[in-house]
Amino acid sequence: MRKFKESLIEKLIFICGLASVFFVALIFLFLLKEGLAVFKTIGPFKFLLGKSWYPISEPPQLGILPLILGSLLVTLGAAVISLPIGVGCAIYIAEIAPLKTKETLKAGIELLAAIPSVVLGFIGMVTLVPLVKAVFHLPTGLTALSGSIMLAFMAMPTIVSIAEDALYSVPKTYKEGALALGATHWQAIWRVMLPAASSGILAAIMLGIGRVIGETMAVMMITGNAAAMPNSILAPVRTLTATIAAEMGEAVVGSEHYFALFAVGIVLFVISFAINVTADLCLHKRQ
Amino acid sequence: MFKTWAFVLIAAMFAASASAARDENSIQVKGSDTMVNLGQAWAEKYMEDNAGDFVAVTGGGSGTGLSSLISGTCDIAMSSRNIKEKEIALARQKGINPNEIKVGLDGLAVIVNPANPAAKLTLAQLADIFTGRVTNWKQVGGGDEKIVVLSREVNSGTHVYFKEHVLRKNDPGSKEEFAPTALMLSSSQAIADEVAGNPAAIGYYGMGYISPKQKPVAVAKDEKSEYIEPAIDNVLSGAYPISRPLFIYTNGEPDGLVKKFIDFILSKEGQEIVLKTDFVPVKK
Repeated sequence: MRKFKESLIEKLIFICGLASVFFVALIFLFLLKEGLAVFKTIGPFKFLLGKSWYPISEPPQLGILPLILGSLLVTLGAAVISLPIGVGCAIYIAEIAPLKTKETLKAGIELLAAIPSVVLGFIGMVTLVPLVKAVFHLPTGLTALSGSIMLAFMAMPTIVSIAEDALYSVPKTYKEGALALGATHWQAIWRVMLPAASSGILAAIMLGIGRVIGETMAVMMITGNAAAMPNSILAPVRTLTATIAAEMGEAVVGSEHYFALFAVGIVLFVISFAINVTADLCLHKRQ
Repeated sequence: MFKTWAFVLIAAMFAASASAARDENSIQVKGSDTMVNLGQAWAEKYMEDNAGDFVAVTGGGSGTGLSSLISGTCDIAMSSRNIKEKEIALARQKGINPNEIKVGLDGLAVIVNPANPAAKLTLAQLADIFTGRVTNWKQVGGGDEKIVVLSREVNSGTHVYFKEHVLRKNDPGSKEEFAPTALMLSSSQAIADEVAGNPAAIGYYGMGYISPKQKPVAVAKDEKSEYIEPAIDNVLSGAYPISRPLFIYTNGEPDGLVKKFIDFILSKEGQEIVLKTDFVPVKK
């Protein structure tokens, strides 16, 4: 009887695992089916490298290069900001902070992950955007930089908790050895702990970036959504995600615009997939 | 035990939602963000007078409303633009026959920050500004400052109307587009906020949104014409050059509750609500 129960539970879990793989495959197939239809009207190169996005004109102009560059610019900016702060925070929590501070900080960081992005976007809109405008003397504060700063906040919890995990799992003997050889605490962290945890930290950064590139609501509210080729981080940009969110309602089902939005989804899927695979490779290298 | 309860609860929720969809005493109204306050005002007054009937109003944009009408998820679509050929074709395919009813007019106000010295513009100047040919305020009577062009998203009927009637001057062959550098904002309120805080910005929205924090620009058809302020009387007389009809669409001739609601909208009482929400009634 017990054996039967055991094998039944095993099978159930197996089916659950299989189901999630199956659903991912179905979603991807649906995306492909709807998205690839756009290539009947426009070549893939023209789609990916076209510089103007006027989806509701006659005939529609469906070039998503400005959107791709917009997404990458915002993401890169967010990575540059959140990387030093996130990793620094992880080092402090894992190595330096006393137990009590550590617990408080961890709880605080996790709370940051719980703030809905629309709330962060709204806060950004009323506080950060005017600030960016005033500091850089810009015609408008709705820029890629505003988006990057706000998204850095969203990437931070992921980066901190995974990087901290990586630092924590470095064997204690490494640090003890370094200290025994006469290294200061800082030298031990910088020269021993960080290199030992580097693959985990890299994975943390990649996962943080993965979160940022898929973020929609906050970027839609504070990056200005102008589909021009971005020439600086202080210019308004339009991201892939914001484009889908903003235009899905208008797109007549079965039109070129509709298919194009799904194709934008494919591009996004490919980018996130690449980032996740890289993160995964980093994680496995550690083990 | 818990599982059984959860199951019963879920089943009850499904049953409830299914019966709500079939309920003959309720209708769904969806569409134009410009009209959503108006629709809400109609619905509230109507429900007050007809206890037991239920009218639900949601926004989302004209395109959203029309596509839900086509997919059968709403009874009435509000739209601040005409239905497109493509949408009609799609509706026919699905056995839906869109029926257009004009329920009001809306003046589109072009607005700038009150601190901006520019106060009047011709339609040609507006087209130049919004297509990006003119990029500095000093070229059109303002100070030496770069123009920040604000536009609504493409799912907005206001966006489409502005493009066709101001940028393209009603010429169907025209290829004019909004400047790619134009900021696409997701709501009229967002445009109002940005203009209120930015002396270099210019945007447009339905007349109902005008507040002391923004300055409406007087608009002239051409240099020789008079510059007209966006106001209800000027829209009604046809003097103000940028005004547009507001529509609702139903599937075929309205009947039952839908007809009752539309009759109310077109009644004297319904049209007074149009005026109260800062739009222009179709009948005086």
